[in-house]
Amino acid sequence: VDLSYTPQEERFRAEARAWLEANVPRDLPPLDSAEGFPLHVEWERKLFADRWAVVSWPRAYGGREASVIEWLIFEEEYYRAGGPQRATQNGIFLLAPTVFEFGTPEQKDRILPAMAAAEVLWCQGWSEPGAGSDLASLTSRAERVESGWRLYGQKTWCTRGVFSDRLFGLFRSDSASQRHRGLTYFLVDLHAPGVTVRPVDKLDGECGFAEVFFDGAFVPDSDVLGGVGRGWEVAMAATGSERGLTLRSPGRFLAAVTRLVELCRRQRAGADERLRERVVQAWMDAEAYRVFTLEAVSRIAQGEPMGPESSLMKVHWSELDVALHETALDLLGPLAELAPAAPAAVERGAWLRGYQFALAGPIYAGTNEIQRNLIAERILGLPRK
Amino acid sequence: VRFAFTEEQLLFQQALAELLAKECPAEALAVAWRSEDGRVPGLWGKLAEMGVLGLLVPEAHGGLGLDELDVVLLLQEAGRAAAPEPLLESAAVATPLLRELGGALAARWLPRLASGEAIAVAGLESTPLVAGAPEADLLLLERGGELHALERAQVRLVPQPSVDGGRRLAEVHWEPTAGTRVVAGPRARELAAAAFERGALGAAAQLIGLGRAMLDLTVEYARKRHQFGQPIGSFQAVKHHLASAHLKLELARPLVYHASYSFVHDWPTRARDVSTAKAQVSDAAQLCARVALQCHGAIGYSYEYPLHLWLKRTWALARAWGDAAWHRARVARLLLDG
Repeated sequence: VDLSYTPQEERFRAEARAWLEANVPRDLPPLDSAEGFPLHVEWERKLFADRWAVVSWPRAYGGREASVIEWLIFEEEYYRAGGPQRATQNGIFLLAPTVFEFGTPEQKDRILPAMAAAEVLWCQGWSEPGAGSDLASLTSRAERVESGWRLYGQKTWCTRGVFSDRLFGLFRSDSASQRHRGLTYFLVDLHAPGVTVRPVDKLDGECGFAEVFFDGAFVPDSDVLGGVGRGWEVAMAATGSERGLTLRSPGRFLAAVTRLVELCRRQRAGADERLRERVVQAWMDAEAYRVFTLEAVSRIAQGEPMGPESSLMKVHWSELDVALHETALDLLGPLAELAPAAPAAVERGAWLRGYQFALAGPIYAGTNEIQRNLIAERILGLPRK
Repeated sequence: VRFAFTEEQLLFQQALAELLAKECPAEALAVAWRSEDGRVPGLWGKLAEMGVLGLLVPEAHGGLGLDELDVVLLLQEAGRAAAPEPLLESAAVATPLLRELGGALAARWLPRLASGEAIAVAGLESTPLVAGAPEADLLLLERGGELHALERAQVRLVPQPSVDGGRRLAEVHWEPTAGTRVVAGPRARELAAAAFERGALGAAAQLIGLGRAMLDLTVEYARKRHQFGQPIGSFQAVKHHLASAHLKLELARPLVYHASYSFVHDWPTRARDVSTAKAQVSDAAQLCARVALQCHGAIGYSYEYPLHLWLKRTWALARAWGDAAWHRARVARLLLDG
C-alpha cells in the first residue's frame, strides 16, 4: 500500500489548481435554464481550449492523456475551486466511454472532439413513458430504409434535451424481437425533420428535462453505434461509468462536505450535538467514498474491470448527497426554505438547489432499488428468481 | 498511489485463513466458549510458529520486524474466524507498545511474546476492563499519565465475564510504585494514545472480518433456505437487507487500510483517520450482525447455530477501543472545533 502521490501527480494538481482558480466562473445562473445554459457552454469551450475539458482523453481528441489518478485529482480540484456543473457531462461521461469502446475510427473522429469542445451537445434517450427501471420493455422502434433507419416512438426524461443537439439511445430495430434482443444503439440528430422536442420542467421548476417524439426521423447507417441488434450489450457496457466514478467522482462530495463543515462552523453556537454528529457522518461518508475510489482505481490501473462495484458507489454517493443536503437545510433551519431570490437566502439558496438536485440521485442512472438487486445478485450471488 | 497489498501480505493472510479454518472452526469455538480459559488448545503456539505473534517484534528480538499495515489483513482473518485468543490485545497492542518502550523490559519480554511463551496486555485509563488480562503474564498499565509494567503476580484480577465466551475481561487492581513505572510525562501520554489507536485499528480490522463472515454465512443460508417454494435469497426484501449491509461494510473496509497507513506514516490527520475508520466499521459490522440475524430468522437466534459467536464478538468489538459515537465525537472536535 502506497498512498502518496508522485511528484508528477503533485505537479498536475498544482497546475490544475492554478488554472482553475484563475478561470472558474463565479455565480453562474443554473445550468438548466435558458439564461444559464449558454454561459455554461461558454465555460466548457474555455476548458476545452486549455485542454482541461477531458483530461483523461487522448491528445488527438482534446485531452492530455491523464492517468485515472490524475483524473481524480482534476475532479477534486475542479469542485474545490467551485467549478460549475458540466454542460457536456452526458456526452463526455455517458456516451464517450461507449464511443471509445464500440465506435468506428470515423465515428470517434467525428463525435469525440466536437463533444469535448461543446460544439455538439448530447442528451440521453433511455426512458420511455412505459419503460423506466424496466428499460428492456422499451417500444420505440427503428425501421430499415435505404442507407439508414427511420425512428418512431417517444423518449422521456431526457436531461437537458431542450438544449441538446443530439440524442443517444436504444430503439427496437427488429420488430419481432422482445426484451433485450433486437435493440440497436442510435445516435440521433435532434434538429432533423420528424423529431419534436418538448420541454419538461423538473422538481425545482427549471427546464431540466425533455420528452422527445420521433415520427419517421431519418438516421444514417453511420450513426449506428456498435452494430445492429447489439444495442443492449453496447449500452450496458458503459453503465458502470454512469453509476460509478466518472459521473459523480468523489471530488464533488468532498467539496460539498467542506462547505457543510464551514456552514456548521459558522453556526457553531447554534449547532446542537445531533446536527454536529450528522455533519461528521456526512464528512466521513464522503471520505469513505474518496478512499474506496482510490482502492478501486488502483485495481483499474492494474487492468481489472470496474464491474458491478459501480452499483456500490452509486448507492453510496446518492444517499450521501441527500443526507448531506438535508443536514445543511437543518442547519439553516427557518432559512432553509428561502428561494434564491430572497434577500436573506444563505449562499443564494445553493443548499436548497443542491438538495433538489441530490434528490434525483437515488432515482437516475438506475434506481437504488435496482442497484441493490444488482449488488445482491451480481456481487453476493443471490438467486434472481 | 498504489492502494493494494503486496503479494507477500496476501499470501500471509491466506496462510492464516487456512490455519484458522483448520484449527478454529465453529465447533472448536463452541468448545472453547464453554472451557475454563475460553481458548482453543494449541492455537497460540501455531500462531507463534507462523510468525503472527512476532509480526511487530523487531528481528533482533526474534520477530519479523513488520509494521501495523502488515497486521491489518491478519487481524481481519482472526475476526473472520472469531478466533478466541488475545491476539489483538497482545500481538497488536501490547507488543508494539513494548517495542516503543524499548530498553531492558522490551529485551526481556519481546522474544517471549514472539515465541508465544508469554502474553502481554495493555490496560489504559480509557479501557477500564482489560481484555486478555486473565491470560496475561505482563500487564502494561496506565495511571495518572504514567505507564507501569507489572507481572501477573503483582496485580489482582476481578474477572468480568463477557457475553462473548472467547473474550476474557477483568478489572485490574494494582498499586503503582517507582519500581513499576516505566515512563511518565508527555512520552507516556503519546505512547498510551498510540496504544489506544492500535487497539481501535485492530478492533476495526477484526470487525471487517466479522462482518464479512456473517454476510457469507447469511448469503449461503439465503440461497439454500426455501419458503413459498423458492430460496428466501430471491426475495427482494432479503436481497436489499444484504445489499445494504454489504455496501456499508465494503465502503468502510478501505478506511481501515487507509487509517493504518496514516498511522504508520504518522500523518497529521492520523487521529481523524483512525477514528473515521473505527466509527464507520463499528456501524457497518453491527448492521451486518442485525441483517444476518434477521435474514436467518429463528435458527440464527438459537444458541446451537454458530451465528451467535460472530454476533457477540461484533457487539463487543464495536464498542471496545471507543464505540462509533465516541469516535464520531472525536472527529467532530477535530473537524468542527479546530
